[in-house]
Amino acid sequence: MSDAVPQMLRARAETEAARFPPLLARAEQLAGTVLLGDHGRRRAGMGDDFWQYRPEQQGDSTRMIDWRRSARGDERFVREREWQIAQSLMLWIDQAASMQFTSADDHPEKIDRARVLALAIAVLLVRGGERVGLTGTLLPPRRGKNQIWRLAEFFSQVDAEDFGVPESRAMIPNARAVFISDFMGDVSGVKTALTKAADRGVRGVLLQVLDPAEEAFPYRGRTIFESIGGTVAHETLKAGDLRGRYLERLAARKSELADLCALTGWQFRTHHTSDSAQAALLWLYRALDRGAV
Amino acid sequence: MIGALGFSAPWLLAALVALPVLWIILRAVPPAPVRRRFPGVALLLGLTDSDSVADRTPWWLMLLRMLAVAAMIIGLAGPVLNPRSPDAAPSRAPLLVVLDATWASAADWTAQSALLEDILDEAARDGRRAAYLRLTDVAQGVRFAPAADLKRRIGSMVPLPWTPQTGDAEAAIAALPDEDFDSIWMSDGLDRAGRAVLLAALEARGEVTVYQSAGEVLGLTPAVPNGAGVSLRALRSGDEGMREVSVAVHGFDPAGNPQILARVPMVFESGAMEAEAELSLPSELRARVTRFEIEGQRSAGAVGLSDDSLHRREIAIIGGGRAREGMELLSPRHYLDRALEPSADMIEGDLVDVLPANPDVIILADVATLAAAEAAELTAWVERGGLLLRFAGPRLASSDVSRDTEDPLMPVRLRAGGRAVGGAMSWGEPKTLAPFSDDSPFAGLDIPEDVTVSAQVLAQPDPELAARVIAALGDGTPLVTRKSLGAGQVILFHVTANADWSTLPLTGLFVEMLERLAVLSAMAAPEAEILAGTTWQPVQVLDAFGRISNAATLAGVDGADLMAAPLGRDLHPGIYEGADRRIARSVLPRDAALEAATWPATATVIGLARRPAVPLGGWLLALALLALAADVVASLAVSGRLISARPRMGKAAVILGALAVSAVMGGPHAARAQDDIAAIDASAEIVLAHVITGDRGIDATARAGLLGLSETLYFRTSVEPAPPRGVDLEADELAFYPLLYWPVTSVQSQPSDAAYARLNRYLRAGGMIVFDTRDADIARYGSASPTGRKLQQLAAPLDIPPLEPLPGDHVLTRAFYLLQDFPGRWASREVWVEAAPADAEKIEGMPFRNLNDGVSPVVIGGNDWAAAWAIDENGAPLYPVGRGFAGERQRELAHRFGVNLVMYVLTGNYKSDQVHVPALLDRLGQ
Repeated sequence: MSDAVPQMLRARAETEAARFPPLLARAEQLAGTVLLGDHGRRRAGMGDDFWQYRPEQQGDSTRMIDWRRSARGDERFVREREWQIAQSLMLWIDQAASMQFTSADDHPEKIDRARVLALAIAVLLVRGGERVGLTGTLLPPRRGKNQIWRLAEFFSQVDAEDFGVPESRAMIPNARAVFISDFMGDVSGVKTALTKAADRGVRGVLLQVLDPAEEAFPYRGRTIFESIGGTVAHETLKAGDLRGRYLERLAARKSELADLCALTGWQFRTHHTSDSAQAALLWLYRALDRGAV
Repeated sequence: MIGALGFSAPWLLAALVALPVLWIILRAVPPAPVRRRFPGVALLLGLTDSDSVADRTPWWLMLLRMLAVAAMIIGLAGPVLNPRSPDAAPSRAPLLVVLDATWASAADWTAQSALLEDILDEAARDGRRAAYLRLTDVAQGVRFAPAADLKRRIGSMVPLPWTPQTGDAEAAIAALPDEDFDSIWMSDGLDRAGRAVLLAALEARGEVTVYQSAGEVLGLTPAVPNGAGVSLRALRSGDEGMREVSVAVHGFDPAGNPQILARVPMVFESGAMEAEAELSLPSELRARVTRFEIEGQRSAGAVGLSDDSLHRREIAIIGGGRAREGMELLSPRHYLDRALEPSADMIEGDLVDVLPANPDVIILADVATLAAAEAAELTAWVERGGLLLRFAGPRLASSDVSRDTEDPLMPVRLRAGGRAVGGAMSWGEPKTLAPFSDDSPFAGLDIPEDVTVSAQVLAQPDPELAARVIAALGDGTPLVTRKSLGAGQVILFHVTANADWSTLPLTGLFVEMLERLAVLSAMAAPEAEILAGTTWQPVQVLDAFGRISNAATLAGVDGADLMAAPLGRDLHPGIYEGADRRIARSVLPRDAALEAATWPATATVIGLARRPAVPLGGWLLALALLALAADVVASLAVSGRLISARPRMGKAAVILGALAVSAVMGGPHAARAQDDIAAIDASAEIVLAHVITGDRGIDATARAGLLGLSETLYFRTSVEPAPPRGVDLEADELAFYPLLYWPVTSVQSQPSDAAYARLNRYLRAGGMIVFDTRDADIARYGSASPTGRKLQQLAAPLDIPPLEPLPGDHVLTRAFYLLQDFPGRWASREVWVEAAPADAEKIEGMPFRNLNDGVSPVVIGGNDWAAAWAIDENGAPLYPVGRGFAGERQRELAHRFGVNLVMYVLTGNYKSDQVHVPALLDRLGQ
């Protein structure tokens, strides 16, 4: 049946789409916990809001005259609007297999937390009038509610490879960026991306999302550790013995990332999926200068 | 042998020694590594273990394996619970099996015969001879035979429904052979005389073992009528503390079917040997009771038969004129009332009033003339089986009733006037009664000295008179005459019912005579002497198990024996029928008592329950297998393979689980799961369906046709069906499909009843079947073609309303497209649908009738629509339709009809709503 394929596709798409509302709803709910501050520029410029009337000056075109105000007196006035500038925020979340991990049922997968946080900050910023998009060329920053939908759609995809590398192509100069990942893979990719970003004057935030088990390493006995994608494996006879050394390496990784951020003017923080998402969102929001730039 | 446990191969148990060795070997093997998904593995790469000591198998897994091995070893060693102990010194002496074989043995006869079989088996193995001695049937004698032969005859050694009599013990001792033998006595648990004597005689010959059930014996005495109710008395032989039994009252329902009429609980108090209960039953119900039975007791002693004694007769006395007030002793009714009242229900009223109540007996005390209507009704009643009892008196004597011709309601003709003897104005002494003759119903009754008759009515001498006299005076004049009339009888006492004419009503003889005439039902059992000389034929007899059987072949018994003689081979317990009443003889007399048997201390008394040997090997081996299976699961769990994210790893667990599930659930479960998937698929989208006829070509065409229709719907309408399906009427659920296309073939097999039930349910729930006979090119609708005839056969069991050819204003003509023709591959106009209601009227100015009800459950036609709709994978039509452009137009119309059809099914008849009329009018250009 020739039309069976699109039908099935549509049915699948609807199933997938049905997942957005909960994700969006959670993101919106999370975003609703942060009070938006007005961040008008407090000077005249491009914008929608009324700023002030000023007397007509040399060089103002006739079209700029506000005739309703001018008709009250002899002078002619020009209506000025507040200068509102929209900042671009580029998001990257690691959708690789390593993010699809949770050690227990009572907290979500890392990727789930990352998506919610990214969408929530996107919702907040879009409400504030900013443009939000993805790094790379897939989804350039735009404003408006539809952008949230598009973001949600992109966030529903999953990468096949084990560890994600930040997308650093086509960065918009002087924009802001948020990278969310567990940063468990090769750190050189992150280094490249941050260097590139720094070159273009992009500042931003690295948010490392870790599962509590990754911090605690509560394993014992003969174990073969495998990456989620199955490409990397490590066998040990006494997993308990590795704990100390693993934790050392993890701390080293964190400090490496923090150093990298300090060098490039970014900010770094580790978030655990067992903690509240709201704290992470607040931190993100504050790290982005309360949404203002 | 350890206690009640024995082993058939005990030396195998030595293998248990190997268990500790196994423990040491098994514990050294490390468990398989656990596979863990862990994103942080990248940080682990390159880390090495400090030492490589293997982890040990968990202790509980070791224990499980040890348990499995131990169970296997013990199981193979052949454990047996309650093994038969080999007899120390098997006796070679003959074996005499003494059976009480009474009704009391019947209750646990199964256990007794099973035990007996065991014993005879053993005796046969030892090569002993054996013999039976049934104490209820001593006459059989004792003959030793090989035990194996005897075992075959167990079936004939059933208990008999009576108990040994006093002389039976001596007879049994006399029957014993001279040689020495061992004895086994199967006791019924009841004490009786002669037991000790017999035991002593048996002990003198050899060893005696007594088997006796530990339980108590229950019995039920015959029910005793007690005023309006019935008293029941149950007995028991032992004292097992408080015990409640339930007595079922068997009888017939008004339609004559056997039924349990009531249940009475009876409670033996602790220490009490008997229990009593009162049962209150309406007179009507009481008359239908056949027996009382202790439920759950298979023994004749637990059955109390019921006879006429429970049946209170209904008697109507019609007195000829009331006596004067205050002079009751002179009333003709007085003595009758006194004689009858304790045992019968009296019906008061006029003759016309009492006849509809259908009394058993009507007594006319000195009633001479009856109105013609009364006489006719009374005659009819007698002929149906009533007993009319008349007494003479002054009125009868002075009337002309039965004077010249015999009145139907009089047994004899009467002479005018009657006679008086021994009075003040007459000669002679008052007459006394002659002894009753043997063929009289009163035969055997004693005649008191003081019965005299001073006046009577006289019978006319007649050829038939002698045969009708059943009692006469000393001089031969008839005193009581009787004749049969239909099924009933008419009896005349030639004297009055009071003491005016004779002293008969003052004596006990009067009551006895009434009793013999079955005017009275005996409240107490009639005395043996009263019944002496009468013959009673057994109707139904009881066997020892309390089962009732017909007794047509048994000989009759004498009345005196019936009441007094002990039960035996000549007198079975049961129901006996006399001339006009039935008497029941139950196993237990009314005053019976049951006593448990007491055995002297020398006798070995053993209970019947012999615990059977139970081999345990199989169970233990099964346990071992279970433990091993659990070990598999546990090993997988320990090594982390039971629940694994990677399919390769999880496969073993999944297969294992599937095996377990299929073992538990069996095959149907998987099939059901598939059904569920199919059902979900079918209900997720709209799916058109066709009936699989079994003809591959036609099924393929139907499928291709529905595919084409689905495509058309998909492109033209908002209905977007999934690929069509074939439906197997026998197996598939139909409810998911809005429309069922049924191409009719002449060779199709008739669906089963279950399939028709489903089809009818489908039709009633709003489904629609499109029957297509595919023969419109050669035949019109009807039975003219083979497929048409087949369609009639197929559709006959379906719940289809009346049909009519599709009218021009049917909703199908405008459900989506406006159509007037419904061609398929053929272009016949004959399409039939459910007939419009007769009251559908066309409203003035409206183009359609108001047909606002329901969707036709069937559409029947022969245009081979599927062929016109059919497309191949590329969407090209499969079959040619018509010729050239006209043919393509016809195919287009066929598609439009299909669209209309599906729309009609899905949307119902809303297009018939008058709301749409303006738009439709507009489009129709009117």
